[in-house]
Amino acid sequence: MRKIFSYLKKYRLRMSFGLVIKIIGTVMDLAIPWLLSYIIDEIVPLGDVQRIILIGLLMILFSFVGLFGSVIANQMASKVAKLFTTDLRHDVFKKIESLSSRQTDEVTIPSLVSRMSSDTYNVHSMIGMMQRIGVRAPILLIGGIIVTLTLDPILTLVLLTVLPLVIIVTYIISKISIPLFTKVQQSIDDFVRVIRENIAGMRVIKALSKEEYEKNRFHKVSKELIDYELSSQKVMIQLNPIINLLLNIGMVGVIVVGAYRVNGGDILSGKVLAFTTYFTIILNAMLSITRIFVTFSKAAASGNRIAYILDLPQDLVPVDNLKEDHSDNYIVFDHVYFSYEKKEYNIEDLSFSLKRGESLGIIGATGSGKTTIINLLMRFYDIDRGNIYLDGKNIKEYDLQELRGKFGTVFQNDAIFSTDIYDNINFNRNLSDSDIDKATKAAQIYDFIDGLEKKYDTPISERGTNLSGGQRQRMLVARALANNPEILVLDDAASALDYKTEANLRKNLKENYSSSTTFIITQRVSSIMNCDKIIVIDDGKVKGYGSHKELLEKVKLYQEIYQLQMGGGLNE
Amino acid sequence: MNKARNTPNGKQEKPKDIKYVLRRLWNYMCYFKGQLIICIILTILSNVFALIGPRLSGLAIDAIELGKGKVNFQLVFKYAILMVIFYVLSSVFSYILSLLMLKVSKKIIFKLRNDAFNRILSLPISYFDTNKTGDIISKMNYDIDTINTSLSTDLIQICTSVITVIGSLIMMIIISPILVCVFVITIPISLLFTRFMIKKTHKLFRKRSSTLGDLNAFSEEMITGMKTIKAYDREEIILDRFDKNNEIATQAAYQAEYYGSITGPGVNFVNNLSLSLICILGAILSVKTSFSLGKISSFVLYSRKFSGPINEVANIFTDLQSSLAAAERVFGLIDAHEELADKYDAKELEDVLGNVEFKKVFFGYEENKMILKDINFKADKGKIIAIVGPTGSGKTTIVNLLMRFYDINQGNIYVDNNDIRDLKRKSLRKAYAMVLQDTWLFEGTVFENLAYGKSDATMEDVINAAKASRIHSFITKLPNGYDTVLSEGGINISKGQKQLLTIARTMLLDSHMLILDEATSNVDTRTEIYIQEAMKELMKNKTCFIIAHRLSTIQNADLILVIKDGKIVEQGNHQELLEKKGFYSNLYNAQFD
Repeated sequence: MRKIFSYLKKYRLRMSFGLVIKIIGTVMDLAIPWLLSYIIDEIVPLGDVQRIILIGLLMILFSFVGLFGSVIANQMASKVAKLFTTDLRHDVFKKIESLSSRQTDEVTIPSLVSRMSSDTYNVHSMIGMMQRIGVRAPILLIGGIIVTLTLDPILTLVLLTVLPLVIIVTYIISKISIPLFTKVQQSIDDFVRVIRENIAGMRVIKALSKEEYEKNRFHKVSKELIDYELSSQKVMIQLNPIINLLLNIGMVGVIVVGAYRVNGGDILSGKVLAFTTYFTIILNAMLSITRIFVTFSKAAASGNRIAYILDLPQDLVPVDNLKEDHSDNYIVFDHVYFSYEKKEYNIEDLSFSLKRGESLGIIGATGSGKTTIINLLMRFYDIDRGNIYLDGKNIKEYDLQELRGKFGTVFQNDAIFSTDIYDNINFNRNLSDSDIDKATKAAQIYDFIDGLEKKYDTPISERGTNLSGGQRQRMLVARALANNPEILVLDDAASALDYKTEANLRKNLKENYSSSTTFIITQRVSSIMNCDKIIVIDDGKVKGYGSHKELLEKVKLYQEIYQLQMGGGLNE
Repeated sequence: MNKARNTPNGKQEKPKDIKYVLRRLWNYMCYFKGQLIICIILTILSNVFALIGPRLSGLAIDAIELGKGKVNFQLVFKYAILMVIFYVLSSVFSYILSLLMLKVSKKIIFKLRNDAFNRILSLPISYFDTNKTGDIISKMNYDIDTINTSLSTDLIQICTSVITVIGSLIMMIIISPILVCVFVITIPISLLFTRFMIKKTHKLFRKRSSTLGDLNAFSEEMITGMKTIKAYDREEIILDRFDKNNEIATQAAYQAEYYGSITGPGVNFVNNLSLSLICILGAILSVKTSFSLGKISSFVLYSRKFSGPINEVANIFTDLQSSLAAAERVFGLIDAHEELADKYDAKELEDVLGNVEFKKVFFGYEENKMILKDINFKADKGKIIAIVGPTGSGKTTIVNLLMRFYDINQGNIYVDNNDIRDLKRKSLRKAYAMVLQDTWLFEGTVFENLAYGKSDATMEDVINAAKASRIHSFITKLPNGYDTVLSEGGINISKGQKQLLTIARTMLLDSHMLILDEATSNVDTRTEIYIQEAMKELMKNKTCFIIAHRLSTIQNADLILVIKDGKIVEQGNHQELLEKKGFYSNLYNAQFD
């Protein structure tokens, strides 16, 4: 939580200014009743109408000062809350962007989403409220105590004996409730997850008529959430009655002790009466403070979840002074080993090299580790053993931005954003129109776009649901090509394209993008048989490496695949 | 025609008036009328107890008042003990009240959440084409949460305030009708001011909710697509765009909160003003007439009691404003048009044979843009129908129509000679099994995911299906085998493997019609060959609709529909179409180039 509060440091000046104004406003609020009792007690008996009106006008003046003080102070509080939240969200989002894939896997995407939205929202609410009520209540509390001290210190002491109890109770209750609020936020993760899953899988759910099942599944997480909310708030609602009771008992103590003091002639009975008036102010201030505690506990749970993300160590930092590769190869994989779960290897002893402008085909069964190779090359994950070189330098030496800036990629589950076609292809890279046209033509989506009413400005819905599978893939290919990348990665980028379109795509790539070093990941031999080199991968191990011709001669697995796919139109 | 489609999808979230939203909220509260009434009674009781306390302390002080050496300790102790008793009772009551109120408000929230979710499930697919996931979640998550907060605290506050205001007003009128006149001036000012603020802030709070929804939709989309963003090194620009959204959202929040926070001081000001006026007027009255000092002081005491709650209520109104804005969005979701209800006389589709017919079908996702034009074909039971054509020609749209995810604009679709609009949707959909391009798995064990379509499937059934789909050995290698929990980002699982899992899921279904939409596009060829036997088994005796661009898969089809630009340009079997030397034979020969 300290981490979160440190965001407020920047606004110290503004906050202390607001504080001063708020104090003035609050003092005005306190002064008005005081003036009132002054008129009634002192002036009315004198019958001085002029002074009555004079002081009455003073009261009205104070009312105005109080109004402006409070309004300005509240504005400042809202402003600080706004600036604070803007900063915090900015940093959280930036941090999420910089997390490594391994860290993202660990926290999971739904949890990141809810930390980003729900948790920052809770903290925001707290910051605003703390400033608004958090200042007024302590002033009233302290002011009230000071006044009672001037009335009679001993009676004040009696009243204050309950204060330690109040503090202890508040402390215990917030101690109990913070972990509960953390649980609430965790079950919000589940709650959000189920909604997301349902929206994503709506067709399947409807097709299988699983609405009832999903209702039950949601009901479960919804019930869990409500139960945690209940249990955390059940603890919280004890606070008010207990504090009320403690302070009231303190008051009874005051009356009893006061009775003795009056009887002993130490004080006048009027003081006991005045005590009861100020007691109300103290009580209300105390209750306000506990209200802040409730908000604080909830926000603390959220704050810790945010701080957890902010405190994650920077993964995948560039490393200096690693061994270099002195061959004239552009990309080199040198005995690379890698495992996602740190158990079985998902990539085992992988070696290959490519010259600039060459192409590599990667073929293998589903789940054999084809995509993993790209994940490693782009340093989404760090390898366990071996080295990967790009242009002579170990990829770990590159700045991540620099490294990834060399790529143009199409992934299997590539994101399509709900903007328009132009934005999805340009992707904020300020590409020239001619580059984009060239890319869309090569990807054979140009005609489709041109035929649309709004052309490049045609809106795209979330995940590209208003495009067909093939249109989506071609748009993604255009995105990958549009910046004339040094390295082009097409991971199953043609699975939804028919043979004719795919053949044209290959031709276009060769003609217009021959300088790009290209990786093609696929199931189809026809997609890669013209590549300079081909890797046949099975279960993370390399089963063959060489040109199409070499592989056909030597590698049994490759022959098999070839036979199946091309052999006289058999089945495929 | 179909109204749900003509006024499409959730965009009908026009600003609703406050009264409507209040009425809807009220309806929700009415479900728990009994408990709410108990709450109100408890509120009155605990307030009465709270009022007795000061009265007792006054009596105790009277007993002290006699002065030095004359204090009546017997009375003091008597009242002190009574006070303790009453305060204990008052605390207990207020605890019970809060607990009850908490429970009621949680029940209301629980119901709201479930209703909203149930509505999501019954919305037409088109709703999700235009409404973003993040925004829907934002509504489900803390728009409802905002309502929650104000329900559990504000209701009690309002009750308490109303009681106190009425009580003290009565007392004041009894003491001095003349002084009450001051309120005749100031209360209208308060009311006008509050009304003005409500009008002003309502818009602002609505904006706050909707911009927050936009921001969350943006975060959701970007965090989900983070890998792509990183691959393209777009972090900074996306961050910039995030900042812009963030600025809009926080600015809207700032304005709403700022104007909202004026209400409190504003009303407080009016109160102070009336206090000053009462004081001046009362003091002058007392000087000029026989108006007693005691009367002024008790009038002032009551007027403070009177204005305190009004001040509080003004603050609550700010809260209420934000929850009304939130409620408006939530009801926007709950009131979104459902899929057109089944006709009242809709039939269950029973004993399915699997004869499907499209008759002059026209369809467009947008009214003025037909995607499918004049589609006519007949699929007899047990036959294999293949749909081929360039991407974007409308193949998947046909699937959407078969399953009645969308209703057609013109023409008829028949299953076993029933117009599908005369059938119960669920029974129609149950008649199909399908494997889609977009694989979908949810967070749950492998077993749960596979048995999803058949709730009574045994482990043995599931294993057999997995074996047939060639995914069994992958599953056994997972940390917990069939009990491994699949989660987003948790386990690295390729798209091909996902497809095999969905195929296994479909194999467990018992239906008479089958839809395979690019079902094996991400499965490697060898595996595809291996599962072919199982696929054949799956297709046996079923009317099958196959969409594929690998033409090899469809050579055995009984009927091939070649679609281009939303029209059927050729139909026939493989041999016939090849002989035609038309579009199909072009497509077919391209794969051997």
